[in-house]
Amino acid sequence: MAIKTEPITINLGPQHPSTHGVFRMRVTFDGEVVVDLEPVFGYLHRGTEKLAEERSYVQVVTLTDRLDYESSMTNNLAYVRAVEKLAGITPPERGLYLRVTASELQRIASHLITIGFMLQELGVFATVLMYCFRERERVLDMFEMLCGARITLSYMRPGGVTQDAPREFWPALDDFLKQMPGYIDELEELISHNEVVLARMRNVGILPDHLAVDSSITGPVLRASGVQWDLRKAAPHEVYDRMEFDVPIGAKGDTFDRYLVRIQEMRQSLRILEQCRDQIPEGPIKTEEPYFIRPPAGEAYAFVESPKGELGFYLISDGGISPYRCKIRSPSFINLTALKEMTVGSKMADLIVIFGSLAVNMGEVDR
Amino acid sequence: MCSEPTGGILDFCSVYRLSAGLLPSGAEWAAFALAAVFLAFIVINGVVAVTAGYTWFERRVIGRFQARIGPNRWGPFGLLQPLADVVKLMTKEDLVPEEADRPVFNLAPVVLLVPALAVVAFIPLGENSFLGRVNVGVLFILGITGLNTFGIFMGGWASRNKYALLGAMRGVAMLISYEVPMALALAGVVLTAGSMALSGIAEAQAVPFALVQPLGFLVFMIAASAEMSRAPFDMIEAESELGSGYHTEYSGMKFAVFQLAEFMAPVVNSVIATVLFLGGAEDVGPIPGQVAFVAKVFLLVFFLLWVRTTWPRLRVDQIMAFAWKGLLALALVNTFAVATEMWLLLGADAQLETRDLWIMTAANWVVAIAAVVVVANLMGQRKIRPEAPVPSPLAKMAAEAD
Amino acid sequence: MYGLGMVRSLAVTLKNLVLPGRMFTVQYPNRRINVFDLAKRSGSNVLAYSLKNPKPALKALIGLASVEDRLPQHPRFRGQEFTWYEERCTGCASCAKYCPLGIIRIVTSPSGAFMQEGEKYDIDVFDIDIGRCMFCGLCVEACPYDALHMGSGFEEGSYSRSQLVIDVERLKKAPKLPSVWFRPQMESAGYDPHAGVELDWRGAGRHEKPSVHDQEETWAKR
Ligand code: SF4
Ligand code: SF4
Repeated sequence: MAIKTEPITINLGPQHPSTHGVFRMRVTFDGEVVVDLEPVFGYLHRGTEKLAEERSYVQVVTLTDRLDYESSMTNNLAYVRAVEKLAGITPPERGLYLRVTASELQRIASHLITIGFMLQELGVFATVLMYCFRERERVLDMFEMLCGARITLSYMRPGGVTQDAPREFWPALDDFLKQMPGYIDELEELISHNEVVLARMRNVGILPDHLAVDSSITGPVLRASGVQWDLRKAAPHEVYDRMEFDVPIGAKGDTFDRYLVRIQEMRQSLRILEQCRDQIPEGPIKTEEPYFIRPPAGEAYAFVESPKGELGFYLISDGGISPYRCKIRSPSFINLTALKEMTVGSKMADLIVIFGSLAVNMGEVDR
Repeated sequence: MCSEPTGGILDFCSVYRLSAGLLPSGAEWAAFALAAVFLAFIVINGVVAVTAGYTWFERRVIGRFQARIGPNRWGPFGLLQPLADVVKLMTKEDLVPEEADRPVFNLAPVVLLVPALAVVAFIPLGENSFLGRVNVGVLFILGITGLNTFGIFMGGWASRNKYALLGAMRGVAMLISYEVPMALALAGVVLTAGSMALSGIAEAQAVPFALVQPLGFLVFMIAASAEMSRAPFDMIEAESELGSGYHTEYSGMKFAVFQLAEFMAPVVNSVIATVLFLGGAEDVGPIPGQVAFVAKVFLLVFFLLWVRTTWPRLRVDQIMAFAWKGLLALALVNTFAVATEMWLLLGADAQLETRDLWIMTAANWVVAIAAVVVVANLMGQRKIRPEAPVPSPLAKMAAEAD
Repeated sequence: MYGLGMVRSLAVTLKNLVLPGRMFTVQYPNRRINVFDLAKRSGSNVLAYSLKNPKPALKALIGLASVEDRLPQHPRFRGQEFTWYEERCTGCASCAKYCPLGIIRIVTSPSGAFMQEGEKYDIDVFDIDIGRCMFCGLCVEACPYDALHMGSGFEEGSYSRSQLVIDVERLKKAPKLPSVWFRPQMESAGYDPHAGVELDWRGAGRHEKPSVHDQEETWAKR
């Protein structure tokens, strides 16, 4: 006797424990298998782009903090680079080095969160998450030394950074550089060899390289698919051209590769931090800019390699004190484009892990 | 009934005789009922109290594993935290979804809780205690723990919630599958002990059966942690996927009962495992049996917590495949090995001696390791080393296009 | 392989359980303290301490004693309440203009007094609505006279929004514990607000308030 079955549709989200904020997936399941998926965005839309149009150029920096609140530093960086390009400002050397230092610290912090939550979604009951937060705390402490805040940093300004690093910062960075490699090893010991993790993550949510490139996915997700594309190498901004580092890639683009790429990127970030510490010159950290910058009419697009991918700001100036238009190319949003292709045919549990491995941040998706 | 004189802690017969003495003769049924109620009272309160203590223990230990502190505000070292939880849960509104199937919805927590409580009455806490001597103890345990499948399915089905339903479906599939290897693992124990009464099994362990049958112990522990849906098999209420699975719609006291049953499960399972595999409440050298018993249970519970904080959960299909392809095979191997050894070793008096148990131990360890290796390979030990990544040519294309 | 990786991860969590110094959460505002630490805090050993004050020692022994605790913060920490120096403020309202949210409200009136000292205006209203503030510090960055500073605390919770508006009276009365954020002169002087020493207006600025002569010079040059 044939049993009559029918697919069920479940709204995963907007309030769901693992949608990283308020994100909704309308998923159709055949039993446990995903047959269709439709992402629904917009629950966290705050109109950042529109708000930017009525703020002065410096004031917009505070808005960028709130895009991807796990990586405020790189958001600041992308924005101030766009303003500098628009207004023709060249920041001084030391400022550039401080920016790179801060962004690499931010990359480590962001990757730690991603890995922690990925394992949380596999069901490790917050253990890895707490360990990751413990190390991230040290990065946040360093941010507090730099700019007095831990999450909403507003550290960078067009023309440089707000403040030079205090005296205590460099010993703290030294300590961090010394201890972090051991910690990453411990994390790998905990995760990378565990058979349950391997069973859950390998060959799950495979993203082939051509699909990744075609859906213009960037960042660790793209690199996990084997495409060696990192804006820090491909179009070096700040002082990345003076840094020596590798671009880790994954073998086949499954969830485990995305985890592994992030682990290796943290190691590379440590390398960059070391070089920053050794190379940083003395000198001014910021050019003198008026508070209300009035760039000449025109447009500029600037991008950085943020922890999530290519973060770009497209600014149009009409010569006034605030941007005429500000468009944000947010990596989280664009990385979601291939979600359906990656998940259809996999199980419900896989869906959650795949979504987690994309490291999507809702603040950035909905802007 | 209860003709031969027995003693021991809270033996049913002693209680029965006591109450029969109090009541006039001819009212045996009343004495029986009185004894039963008395024992039930002790068992239920004892178990609930232990479970409350266990919730505190679990939260503190997991907290320490996770580099946190855990509850330490209420009472000394947070010991009153369970009390605070109960008060909080009792004052919550008891919601029943409008669409829910009310009678089933209300009955589900009870159906889940009762088996766990009933099992405890059969645990031999000493020479003679509770119903430890009942000669179908193992069968009873297997049968009555099977009931909690109903509790979970009733809860999930009656709530009219898709998450709950998915959780319940997963639960039923998993619980039924893991009953099989569990029963087979117990078959080895029963064979060796030559008794189905729990007290008989405990007495037969001159060498703890965990040593004699490592494979059986392994299979039992894995199946048990699946039965109580603990990591890495906690997919029934996988909180990152299903909200909280079959009890998503429950609140207030009903939710508390579900939680109670859930927290009781590790304790009860550890107790059963202690009796069946670790020698129960037998004296260990100078240490009195009850102390040794508690210590062993404590160790097992700690191990379960340790596993819970470390390992992720498996996927549905992986859990099922593991049960039928891996665990069942291991359990069969164990049963077969034990049966063969018994056939070879049993002397004329059909009695195993301690020396025989040691021989079995040696043989079974070899069998266990070989079986695990073979089954792991058969189940497809996929290549663990990741292959070396090859840069995709598309990167260059993107660079040129820029 | 064969589950050995799982055993390895078990070892890592056990390491985190037993090794000291792995725990990182703190208890705020009160920390439960054990009897050894309690004795150490009062500078004696456990026995002497317990004999001298048996009651707190007993309380600590059963895990009921607690002491106030908070994490150390960097002097640059951008704290919640603001520190404002009446003596330095000229009422120029740069801070109000630069605030991205426009939550600083300043009303001034000609003071009539000290005209030649540069104190032309009285500050009648100086409201900062910290209920909406995001503590970006742009107002502090903007203040040309180093009159406004970020605060150093973070315990400004209240039950109504109206209590979250800091008015001029509160600013005047508040303890002067400014954060050294964006104030390199205070930082190089080694000031730390968390040490609890108040800083008076003379120490907070880049320089003393300019004399009338200096001001004329400056204005003449512009
Ligand atoms: S800190 Fe920022 S938001 Fe708050 S008052 Fe100052 S400028 Fe406005
Ligand atoms: S605080 Fe500073 S910026 Fe604000 S009115 Fe006073 S002097 Fe001007």
